[in-house]
Parts: sequence; C-alpha cells; structure tokens
Amino acid sequence: MSWPEPRRGARLRAFQPAGAGRTVPLSAAERTRHLEQLLAAKEIVVACGPGGVGKTTISASLAATAAARLGGRVLVLTVDPARRLADALGIGGLGNEARRVPDEAFAEAGLRPKGELYAAMLDMTESWDALVRRHAPDPATADEIVSNPLYRNITRRFSQSHDYIAMERLYELHEQGDYDLLVVDTPPSLNALDLLDAPGRMAEFFSSRLLRWLIVPYRSRLVNLASRPFYQVADRILGSQFLEDLAGFFILFQTMRDGFVARAEAVNQLLRDVRTTFVVVTTLEAVPAVDAEQLIESLRDRRLNLGLLVCNRVLPGSFSDPPVARAAEALGQCSGELADQLAGHLPLDKTSGSRPAPEMVARVLNEVARSFANFRLVATREAELLGELSAAHEVTTSVPYHPGHVTDLRGLLEVGAKIWGDEDDLAVTVASARRPRARRSPGGEEIDD
Amino acid sequence: MAELLSYKLLFVTGKGGVGKTTVAAAVALLASEHGLRTLVCEAEPKGDLARAYECGPTPFSGRRVSDGLVAMSMDTEASLREYLRVVAKVPTVGHIGPVARAFDFVATAAPGIREILTVGKLCFEVREGHYDLVVVDASSTGSVVGQLAAPTGINELIRVGVVRSQTDWILEILGDPVRTGAVLVTTPEEMPVTEALDLAGRLATETPVHLACVVANRVLPELFGRAEEQIFNELSRPARLEVLSKQLEVPRELVEDVLAAARLAVTVRRDGVAHLERLRAEIAAEVPLLYLPYLFARSHGLRAVRQVARALSEELVT
Repeated sequence: MSWPEPRRGARLRAFQPAGAGRTVPLSAAERTRHLEQLLAAKEIVVACGPGGVGKTTISASLAATAAARLGGRVLVLTVDPARRLADALGIGGLGNEARRVPDEAFAEAGLRPKGELYAAMLDMTESWDALVRRHAPDPATADEIVSNPLYRNITRRFSQSHDYIAMERLYELHEQGDYDLLVVDTPPSLNALDLLDAPGRMAEFFSSRLLRWLIVPYRSRLVNLASRPFYQVADRILGSQFLEDLAGFFILFQTMRDGFVARAEAVNQLLRDVRTTFVVVTTLEAVPAVDAEQLIESLRDRRLNLGLLVCNRVLPGSFSDPPVARAAEALGQCSGELADQLAGHLPLDKTSGSRPAPEMVARVLNEVARSFANFRLVATREAELLGELSAAHEVTTSVPYHPGHVTDLRGLLEVGAKIWGDEDDLAVTVASARRPRARRSPGGEEIDD
Repeated sequence: MAELLSYKLLFVTGKGGVGKTTVAAAVALLASEHGLRTLVCEAEPKGDLARAYECGPTPFSGRRVSDGLVAMSMDTEASLREYLRVVAKVPTVGHIGPVARAFDFVATAAPGIREILTVGKLCFEVREGHYDLVVVDASSTGSVVGQLAAPTGINELIRVGVVRSQTDWILEILGDPVRTGAVLVTTPEEMPVTEALDLAGRLATETPVHLACVVANRVLPELFGRAEEQIFNELSRPARLEVLSKQLEVPRELVEDVLAAARLAVTVRRDGVAHLERLRAEIAAEVPLLYLPYLFARSHGLRAVRQVARALSEELVT
C-alpha cells in the first residue's frame, strides 16, 4: 500500500556551512545527483544512530540501491544478529563470509542490477579469533589466548569490544579491496559515539600504565610501594588468585600489542579518510532525535564526514497540512449529514443483509476524523523535529512510515528510492546511462567493466 | 491490588526504542502514588530518566522527584566507593585517587565487575530496606543478561575475595521470584517482539531472575468493528469520495488524505495484532501480558509518564 507523498516540498537540504543562513531545497533531480555523487565518491558508508530506528534496513537499502543503480561491487556488513536482513536479501544464514545476493532476487524485484550486491554478517567470536591469530607471535600463543576464559568473557560481553571489531572488520574489508562500496550497519551501542572512540580506546588500552603494571611479576608488584594501595584494594575486592589469572592473561595479550596499536590507529585513520562518510539514521521521535543531534555534533567536532541524515518512518506530510486538517474537521462536524447522504447508497451488509444504519456510518466518519486528528498531532511534532534537524544544515532525507517490515529486496529498493529522493520508476532510473565505476580486482589492479 | 507493585526489585528491559525508560518511570511513579517508598535507577547514565521526569540531573546519590519517589543514575565507580566505605570498610578510601583511575581499566578488563557493582548496589538497597520498591531502567537486550548473570559468572571466575563473598546474598535476592522480577517491554512490531521472546528465553536459561510480566507498549486500539470496516472501505471508492468531496467542498485528494490516516491506523493495528498473538503464544501462559496504548503525542516527559502510569494502573486492576 502507498501513502500520500509529503507535500512539504523537497525534504533534502543543500549542505551549507554552519551559519550560512537558509537552507536551499533541491529539486528531485538534484537530490538524486547529490546522493549518487556521494556514494560514487565514497568507498565506505557507516550507518549510525540510536537503537530501534531501522539502521539495518536503511543500510541494506542504501547498499542494494547503490548496487542496482550505480553498479560496481557493493557489500553491506550488518551486525544485527536478527535474520531479517538475510531474509530480505534472499540469502538465509549470513556469516562472516560475504555472500552474493543472487541476480534472481533482483529479477523478482523487477530489475536487472548494474552491479553486484554482497551481504555479510559480523560474527564477533570469529572476527576476534581472526584478529588474535593475525597479531599473535605464533599459533601456540594464539591458541592459548583464544582458549582463555577471560578472553571469551571480554570479547563476548562488552559492547565496546563489539564496536571495535565492527570498525576493525570494516578496515580489513576495505584493505582487501574486493568491493567498490562498503556499507556498514553499526552495533547498537550504549552510546552511538562509543563507536567513534573504539579504535582509540583499543590503542589506549594496550598503552596504559596499568596494563604494564599488571603484567609485572606478582612479587615485584608487592614491593612496589607506589602501587601498594591499589593492590590492597584490588586484592580485597577481587582476590589475589583472580588478579593473577588476569595478569597471566594480559601477559599473553601483551604479545599482540604492537600489531594491535598500529591496527587501531590505521582503523582510526580510515574513519577520518575522505573516502569514508557517515549516515546518521533516526526517527522523528523526541528521544532518538536528541540522540541523533548529539551524534551529528560529535561527528562535526571530530571532523568526520557526515554525508546524509535519514529520518526514517516519517508520517506523510499531508497529515500536518492545514487544508487537509480542515477537511478532516469538517468531516467530523458534518458526519451526521454526510452519513444520511451516503447510507442509502452503501451496499447491503453481508451478515445482516440490510443497509448500514446512518448512525453507524456517522460513527465511522467520526472515527476517521478522530484518527486524522491523532496522527496530525504526531505529524506536527515530527515536522518540528525535522525542522530542527534540517537546521543543522545537513543533507536530510525522509523515508515515509511503512507499516510492517521490509521483507524482500523490492522493499529495500523502494526504501532506497525514498532515500534517493526520486519518484521515478525504478526501471527508468536503472536504464539511465551511467558509466560503471572501475573496480579493483582482489589482486589490486584496476578492472574496467 | 497490583501484583507488580508487590515486588521489591524490578528490572525493566527490552529492545532499544520501545519505551523502556517511560515504562520504568511510570511503574515507579505509580508505586510512589500507592504510598510505596520507591527508588528508580537508570542503569545506563544517559539522562533518560531526568528527561522522563523533567526533573534535572539524577545523580548516584539520588534526587527526590516527588513524595516517596527518588531517582538515581548508576555510576559503577561511585558504587565501588560506597561499597568500600560502607561494606568493606577499606581504610585506604582517603587516597583512592589512583585506584579510581585504575578502576575503569580493571572494570573493563575483568569480566563482570561493572555489572556486579550495578546489580550489587540495587540489591543492597533492597536488602537494607531503604525502599519498598526499587525499579531499574535496565540496559537494553544486549547487556541486561550480562548484568543479571554477572553474580553467577563471578562465582565461577573469582574463587576468593570480597566480591566472591558478596555474591551469595545478591544471588539470593535476584533469584527470589517473590521479591525480584524482570519486566519485558516490547512494541507490537516484528523485531521488538522477536527480541523480547529471545530475551525471555535468555533470562530463563542464563540468569536467576524470573519474568514478572511482559508489557506491550504503543498498542493501537481497534478502530472499527467488522461492519464498520466494510463501510470504511466503501468510503474510499470514487463514487463515495465524490459525495464527500462535494459535500465538504474540498478537492477529492484532500478527502483521500483524511482517509489515509484512518487507513494507517487500521493497517498498523492489524499488523501489530499478529505480532501480539505471536508474543502471547510464545510467552509462558502464567506470565501476565499488559497492554499500554499508543500515545499519539509521540512525546516524552512527565506528561507521557503520567499517561502511561494511568494506563498501567488500569491494566493492573483488570
């Protein structure tokens, strides 16, 4: 089913430096061009935002649409353990290994993609183990680390470790160079900003004095007067055996230090690279919108590139349109007369075999008016929040509210068309001439296709 | 009345974005209105609780929101200090500076430390009887299991020490189905329901905490009965639209826009019912399922909390 399109004109604002004054609405064609340029120029898209706003769907939609329209090899990396994305892409059981979304899935959605779409899920355990194996000095040490119960606890339990591994995996995939565009859906962090700090914190972790202190032999720690108060407290709380276990583990972990620190710095660099852009996803509800605004500010403070703000599940603009609201009010006020007019023409009720009573018709009309008034309230709040978010001068696009969930590739492409901001028939857009981008082969040399 | 309010410790959890904080704030408000001395604590100090009550910052030491209602935010470092001072009576508290710096690191590295300081503080308030009810705006799905499972995990990892000696009484409180319960919040949508069911399973297998109830938040009321829906569908036909357009003296598209709102309500409701049925079918029959209505204001803040509290109190009576 489809909803009336927003009537509030272009939702996409031209990017302007802060304080540059009013934002300029773009034409549909300009909107499309903006996004195409963004995705053609960038190699990495990081989708971030508060939990529960539909990041996974938006990420997959961006990737699917980029593959369909721009061509090249596009990979969407999701951390959502739910099976919905895999189902939507027609490839059950995503794993750490990227899987190609079959062309038949696109054919079912009614189009022939210009490029290739791949999808992969982030398997935390697998990714951490791979990381340890890469950085450990030898396989025996790697085995020892991986089988340590503390290691399992740390890597599985802490969301910070998830944040880091998501960024690390992104780096690895980018380095391999198999894809023209990587779209990564980020883990639901305690705080979306944690993600940005994760590589830095990982480097800090290994460089910290405490870690060094912890791995000096137990005896020398006891005689070291400076650390005695800490030791006493820590011993009292944790027990010396546990501290020893912890120290033992970190001695092992320390062997990977140089590799880890260098890697974390490289990951950090990649996030700052001009080839990387961030897409902030939010809904126009009070709490997520505040989170999104903070995220935008923080991206700007860190001089990270914010390419797009996606407002997801937005009610149709007509719901807050004054003339429509007046029509709804009139419908409620005149429900009695309207019902008299209509009742005689309505078909017989299948069960009772009689025409519906005018009172019942009036009740339906009143419910319609009330429903509109309810949604109008929500839509008005949304319009306010959209105004505030757009005032941040970011490139903003709205995806209309859609009941139910996107469960197939067509659905993803439809969402993609909304993000793109063009109302063209998908097939027309796909047929439009655009030179595919050169891509690198796994070996690194350029392939022109 | 309200069985829910007879608990001593309630962990309110669910997928991000389903309205956990509002529900936790509403449960606490309702409890305090029933004369219970109530503490509500946000496990993730993001300021959500302060936003819900519109009351300004809620520090670890607590902030009085209204009669009998105190709100606080968890701070594991402050919890450690309090613990050292009050329970462990560690003499070095005066010069804890380097410990505090080091703490963050050890807490990150040593599994379960942060979690047990969170859960421990809450259980401590219950044990000491400072409050009649402690409501926790717990972490979302991902980490709440880790928090509630921490005392058990600590028992396995740490053989001696103060932490180990503390876990027994914490486990006793957490595992007592009369005193402690989890409140699982969801919305009638696919992913939140799937995650709620998943979490219900994990709570049962990985933690000692029993499921007190499931709250389906943002449920749309049924707009039309069957016969009414037939009439509504008729209204969308061109001939009827023409009548409405002519009578109201507005273009037909405007009438269609008006009808779209009701159609949205009907569709969302129908879509949600399927998910609620799945929820009801898969949650154990003895677990109560409470329904809270969709608040059309989509607002947060004290007004929304009051509305939810009112709806909750009606649900608890029936």
